[in-house]
This record gives sequence, C-alpha cells and structure tokens, in this order.
Amino acid sequence: MRYAMAIDTNKCVGCADCVVACQTENNVPVGYARDWIAEIVAGTYPNVELEIRSERCNHCDNPPCVRACPTGASHVVEGGIVKVTPEECIGCGACIQSCPYDARFSHPDGYVDKCTFCDHRVKKGQDPACVAVCPTKCMYFGDLDDPSSDVSEAMKNRKYKALAPEAGTDPHIFYLM
Amino acid sequence: MKTRRDFIKISALGAGGLAAAGGAYKWAKGSEIMDKLSGEAADKNLKLNRYPTYCEVCFWKCAGWTHTDDSGNIIKIIGNDDDPHSNGRMCPRGTGGIGMYYDEDRLKTPLIRTTKNGKQTFRKASWDEALEVVAKNFNKIKQKYGPEAVAGFFHGSPGSHLGHTLHAFGSHTEAHPSYAQCRGPREVGFAATFGSGVGSPEPTDIRDTKCMVLIGSHIGENMHNGQVQEMADAIDKGASIITVDPRFSTAASKSKFWLPIKPSTDIALLMAWIHVIINDELYDKKYVEQYAYGFKELKEHVKKMTPEWAYGITTIEPSLIRKTAYEMAAASPAAIIHPGRHATWYGDDTQRERAIAILNALLGTWGRRGGFYFKEAMSLPKYPTPEPPKPKWDWKDIHGDKYPLAALPVSNALVEATIAENKPKHQIRSWLVAGTNLPLTLPNKEQTLKAIQELEFMVVVDTMPMEVTGYADVVLPECTYLERYDYIRTSPHREPNIALRMPATNPKYESKPAWWIAKKLGEKLGLEKYFPWKDIEEVLDWQLYQVGSSLEEMQKVGVKKFERAYGAPYLKQGEDYEFYTNSGKIELYSTEMENAGFDPMPSFTQHEEPPKDFYRLIYGRTPAHTFSRTANNPNLVDLKAEPLLWINPKVASIWGIKNEQYIWLKNQDDKITQFPVKVRVTERIRWDSVFMPHGFGHSNKRLSRAYGKGASDAELITNVNVDPVMGGTGMRANFVTFLTEEPKTETRS
Repeated sequence: MRYAMAIDTNKCVGCADCVVACQTENNVPVGYARDWIAEIVAGTYPNVELEIRSERCNHCDNPPCVRACPTGASHVVEGGIVKVTPEECIGCGACIQSCPYDARFSHPDGYVDKCTFCDHRVKKGQDPACVAVCPTKCMYFGDLDDPSSDVSEAMKNRKYKALAPEAGTDPHIFYLM
Repeated sequence: MKTRRDFIKISALGAGGLAAAGGAYKWAKGSEIMDKLSGEAADKNLKLNRYPTYCEVCFWKCAGWTHTDDSGNIIKIIGNDDDPHSNGRMCPRGTGGIGMYYDEDRLKTPLIRTTKNGKQTFRKASWDEALEVVAKNFNKIKQKYGPEAVAGFFHGSPGSHLGHTLHAFGSHTEAHPSYAQCRGPREVGFAATFGSGVGSPEPTDIRDTKCMVLIGSHIGENMHNGQVQEMADAIDKGASIITVDPRFSTAASKSKFWLPIKPSTDIALLMAWIHVIINDELYDKKYVEQYAYGFKELKEHVKKMTPEWAYGITTIEPSLIRKTAYEMAAASPAAIIHPGRHATWYGDDTQRERAIAILNALLGTWGRRGGFYFKEAMSLPKYPTPEPPKPKWDWKDIHGDKYPLAALPVSNALVEATIAENKPKHQIRSWLVAGTNLPLTLPNKEQTLKAIQELEFMVVVDTMPMEVTGYADVVLPECTYLERYDYIRTSPHREPNIALRMPATNPKYESKPAWWIAKKLGEKLGLEKYFPWKDIEEVLDWQLYQVGSSLEEMQKVGVKKFERAYGAPYLKQGEDYEFYTNSGKIELYSTEMENAGFDPMPSFTQHEEPPKDFYRLIYGRTPAHTFSRTANNPNLVDLKAEPLLWINPKVASIWGIKNEQYIWLKNQDDKITQFPVKVRVTERIRWDSVFMPHGFGHSNKRLSRAYGKGASDAELITNVNVDPVMGGTGMRANFVTFLTEEPKTETRS
C-alpha cells in the first residue's frame, strides 16, 4: 500500500478551502498551516501563464526529514505517511532545514508539525479533510498500488509532475497538468 | 470638527478583560476541544452532533451541518450532500464560518450612546432598556414626521425579520445595498430582455455548458460555491472559457481565450460580437425567429459596430473578436455569456447587461441546456399576520422621477433623502441598519457620514463592531448564524428546494437572534398583533406543514427537494413560450427601456480616462473573504495575511516601487487612504489599472485583526456614476496615484 495525492492544476482556483479545512480538522493554530497555496506566474502581460497549486508534505519515499531527525520523532508509518511524534520531538528543527518543500513548521507548543494525510480519517476510510472539502474536486487521494483508487484513476491518461524531483526524495504529491 | 454624532470606538468601552491577543491566535475557547480532534487516541472519545444550517458568510447560502462535540462546542462545518448550492462541499468561508462564532471581538451586549465628561461613549445596557430606548425614539419620529421617516438598511437574514417590524410600524422605506451597489443593473437588463431577472443563485447551467464567457466576472476568486464547482466540472468535460478582464484573473488562467480589455470598453466588445454573430449569420435562426422581438432593428443598429471599430476602443484584435464570436456560436445553445454579479461599474451598466442578454438571446441560450435553465423556487406561505398599515409614502416616492426601472429601493437615494441640504420631498430621520457596514459598503463615504450626522436616531444590529456601529445611538448584538434560527431558505434552482438553519449552540455573550430582536422590538412598539407566535420555531413549523414537511423533518435532513411544478427547466424544440415582456417575446429591442425614455438598444459610450500618473482602480474579491464581513474572522484572516495592491511591473519600475513595499493611494479627488497597502508587482494586471480586494482597511480598532490591514477601496470611490435607468452606483471611474512616503495626517481622509 502506498498513499499518494494527485492535484489537478487545471481545476484548482487557489481558494484555500483545503487550508481552512485542515486547520479546523487538525487544530492547527491560526497563523500556521500544514498546507498552503502556491501561485506561479510566468510570462509578460498579456502573454501570462499562471499555475495554482495546493501544496503540503510530499510524504516522500526517501524522506530527508526522517534521516535528519536525531530522536526518531519523524518516522514513516503504513502507506508511506511521514509523521512526527510530538512527545519525542525536541523541536531542534533539523527536519525543517532538510525539507526541500518547506512543509514543516515549529508548532507554538514546542514540536514540529506537518501534514499527516489526515491518517485519523484515512483509517476510517475517509479522504483527508482537504480532499473532502475541495469545491472544485481537484484533489484525489488513495492507494497508488490499487489501480482503481481515486488517485490511480486520476493519473491515468494525464500528464503529471512532482515538485523538486532533483532533490531525489521521491515525492508522492502529483500535479496533473 | 465637532459633530453631534462622534464615532465611538467600541474598544473605548471598559468592556473589561479585553487584553489584546498578541502573537499567534489560538483557537479561542475551543482550543481544548479541538485538541481532541487531532490525536487519534482522543478521536474515539469524541461524539459529534450535527445541526443543519445554511451559511451566512456570503449570500450564496450553502447548506451544511454544524458539528458540535458533546459539550456543545462548535468544532466544524461540513456541506450538506443534498444541497444544490454546496453539493456537500463548503467554500473556505463556509468552512471558516466557525471563526465568526469564536471571534472574541464580537459585539457582546446592547450598547447605548451616552455622554460622559463631555465625551460621547457607549454604555452597556440590558436588552429591555436598549429596546425601550429604540421604541421610544422610533415613536418620537413617528409622531413628528410619520413612521415612514424611519428607514431600514439591510443585508442578509436579519433584514427579513426586522423588515417585518418596520412594515408593521408603518414604513416601507427600506433598501438593500445588494441592489444598487451590486447586482441591480443585471436584474433590470435581463428583465428588460427576457422578462425575468437573473437572481441568486444564477440559473447558469455551467455544468453542461460548452463555452462560458466571463466579462469582468471572476468566478474562482468570487467563491460562489455552486458556480465554482460547476465551472470545475465544465473544465473537466472540456468546455472552453473566454475571459474578458484587464486582469489575468484565476478564471483567465483557466481560459482558452483571455481578452485583456481596456477597462470601461466592454460594451464596444459586446456590440462587435453581436455584429459578427448577426453579420456572419451565426445566430440561432429558429430561436430568434420564434422568440425574439426587434431583430431587424438590432441588425441595423450594429451594422457599423465591426470588430475593426471595436479594436480602437477595446484594444482587442479584430481577429480575436471574430474567433471568440465563432467559439461561442459553435457551442450554442450550450453557451453562457455570464451576466456577472457585481455589475455597478460605469453608470451605463443596465445597457451593458442588456448587451450581454441580447448576445445570449441571439445564441439561443436562455432556457437551454448548457445555457440558462428556467429556475424554480419553492414558495412557503407566510405565517398569517394582520395587514400592516399603509405608509403615506415609501421608497418609490423617494425615487420620484429618477431610476424608473428600479424594481427595488436604491440605497444611495435613501442616503440622499436623509440629507436636508438635498431638499428631499420626504426627509428620512432615522436609520435601522442590520448586517451591512454602510461606510464601507456604499461609495462616497463622506456622503454616508454626512447623512448619519443628520439622523435623529440610529440603531445598528450586527454581530461585529463594524465601523457603522460606531455611529449608532443604540447597538444591538445579533448572534451569528450558527446560534440562531432564520427563515427557511427558498432560493430557486433546477429543482425547487428548501433548507433549514437552526442553532447548533446557545448564543454567546448576550447576543440574540434577529427574529427575537424583531419580535421584542415590535412588542415595545405596541405592535404585538403582528407577532402572534411564541417563537420562530412555531412559525417555521407552521410554514413547513403547509408544504408537507415539518420542523422535525427539516432538523433531520437540513435540505429537502421538491418536484418542479411549472414545467421543464429547458425549452422543448419549438415550444410555444411567452416571455414576461411587453411583446411577450425576448426583446432585442426593448420597449420597456424605450417607454422609460432610454435607448432601446445598447451603444458604447466613452467613460473617463485616468489622468496622467493615475491608474484606474479595479477592486474585486479574494476567495476567502466576503466584503468587509470576514476581515476579522480568525480562521480566514491569516490566509491572505494582507490585501495586496496589484501593480504592473512596468508601472512599478517607472515609480521605483518594489514588491511588498507599502504605499498610500491618492485618488483624483485628493482622497488619501488612511492606511498603506502592500504592493504586489505582477504581470497579471494591465499597465493602466491597479487592482485591490474590496473590504479591507478597517478603521475600527475594536476589530483587532482587521484594523489597519490594507487600504479601503471605499475611501477612494468618490466619483460615482449613477445609472439613470435603475440607480446603480458605477464605481469604476476612480483613479489612483501612488504616495511612497507617509502623507501628513491632516490631508488624510
């Protein structure tokens, strides 16, 4: 089993509902976020292009954050989800420095926090809160090993990319183009 | 200047224990409860209860479920799967609506204006005392000038309750800024053409469209949920989008064609499209022949309005105008030239909306799948109450000969009729304001404040200490939509449906639902007979019973759908159909406009151009905010940490302005923003315009998160071009220049 997410950049409008839903679902303190919106503008007026993306932890197969963690607080659980155990985290921030996606932050309570793919929901068979709420249904989640999962279906016959492939992290958030 | 009505910052009130929250804002009181949600260990202990609601963060009114834990704390809001407005998915504002409830800056108790040591201030009051004061003053006005001199300004749900009190009192002097400051022109323009306005939600059949044309409408940034969802569905199905906007909007980035038009020239583009569609015989001949009136006149009218003519006006290449005309024609009748929503731009907005309607008519999109469906709403009978007294005059008398096609009262006309200097035939002496922050909602803030100074008495009902509350004599704290019942939502859709809003928890502080305020105020005014119910539950249950439902059923389902009673949502092939116009046909040539003394067919008129070193101020939405209502919402405020002013890089380089620099804006009338705004240098905006989101730059310190964040576009909108057809306030002919140094305070607005 390998959890992954695909996000259709042709449909995402960058409304940040995923951000708000994550905050209410996971009690992320206001002012912090486990997911966020990136807007990439290219070209010169009037020949402009815009890509809007909802970004978060890439739950990498080769996660530098887990390697960087001196206490073992950062770890990988079933399905490839990268997690942090707050009780084991000393808040040193080595993982924050090592992440090429800037996906981690220091929680005001003294530990490092990040996206968990809402594994408490996934265990119950639900989609992560961001996926479940998205008004444009631009996000797809599921088991990449299951060809009939939402994420596998979404990636069929579509061009896609991952972020910073050169970092060699083997990220598992895919952007449909 | 000494005024009889000083602005009172509600913060000045010793409300006690209000230390400003510094640093990171944590989940108000809900923090511990929210903790339960995050860890899986706690998760199993959590018992969720859910209560149906429909959202009041914007006026799309998505139905959803408010979830509470077993201590009654609100923890999240999720869409109702059966609701055609939300389809089970709230937008960011709906999801973050919970912040309205937890916002610690909320109005907490009734407040009464008083003078202490020569200084005006508010003092806390009981509901009984506050309502007594309101009733006493309303009755005083009634004796002196008649009940009609008390005017209501309403937005959203509270208006339906307080409007009832106002009518019972004997006044029909009531306006909603959502008409003359927003969608009025499109209602009039479409009604003049099709005999039916657009309404909300718009009956645009986006999910099945093959081509959608957006003119200045920024769906995606304007998060009217159902429309955004259907636009995403349409993109999935390969529909093409054509966006006309001086700004490379989110929608433009999803479009096959983006027409970066010169602002204020939209009518020229529309007329050129009409020209191509008629000239190249791309129109729906059968449809036009069967349903339309005035084709010959229109053909003659647009004869010279060629794409080449429009090029010089709009800066859009003739070939692109032709190509896009062919694109929409190829998709027709599954095409939508979207009427937009906020349509008050240049003062000839009804005519622009007419042009949009005409284009739709030529392509045969009205009443067609993938175009516009025939909407249908469930009508709930009104709970029987005695006939209210007939006012001696009402808003129509205030309009007089002006705005002949205004179907609803024009708020700016009511403001003008409050100012003695304007010598109104009937002067308004008192305002009852609910759910609308007038100084930021209406253009020309100075005029609004001038009118307020002339009032003998002003009451404001709101959930938040919005700027307007600072001018009130009595402030009444309404509870949020999550803590109250309101009337049943009956908005039209493909299928008639109703939705219930009920409280998920008790009102915080001493706030009260508007239905309660309306009834109690009615009783204080001696109008008991107009409120023959114990509470709103009785009213709702009675109403629901009339359509075969009940309050109990609605509490369980939240949304209920009904069969259509008035025919199919689309025209059948060759169906005989009578439109509610003078001719019974779709009027390409409008007899209604002609009879009212206006051009029966739209033409382009030249509008003001920016003076040297000035740029046209374009304002709009960001997805997580609704006007100024959300600017202090703890869940939404940190998303777009600050509203940004978009400037084209070429312009920025001329001025030496850097990205993220703070600047002040000065408009053509020397009005300078109170606060600076952060610059976003971006290729997404034309060089002759700047863009900023509307609803920021709050000046009331009591809005602790919103205060001083960004500049207020309302401050800069001093040039208002009023639409003579229906009174809409055209607000896009304002121009700004940049001040990179902080201006001296005495020159500031």
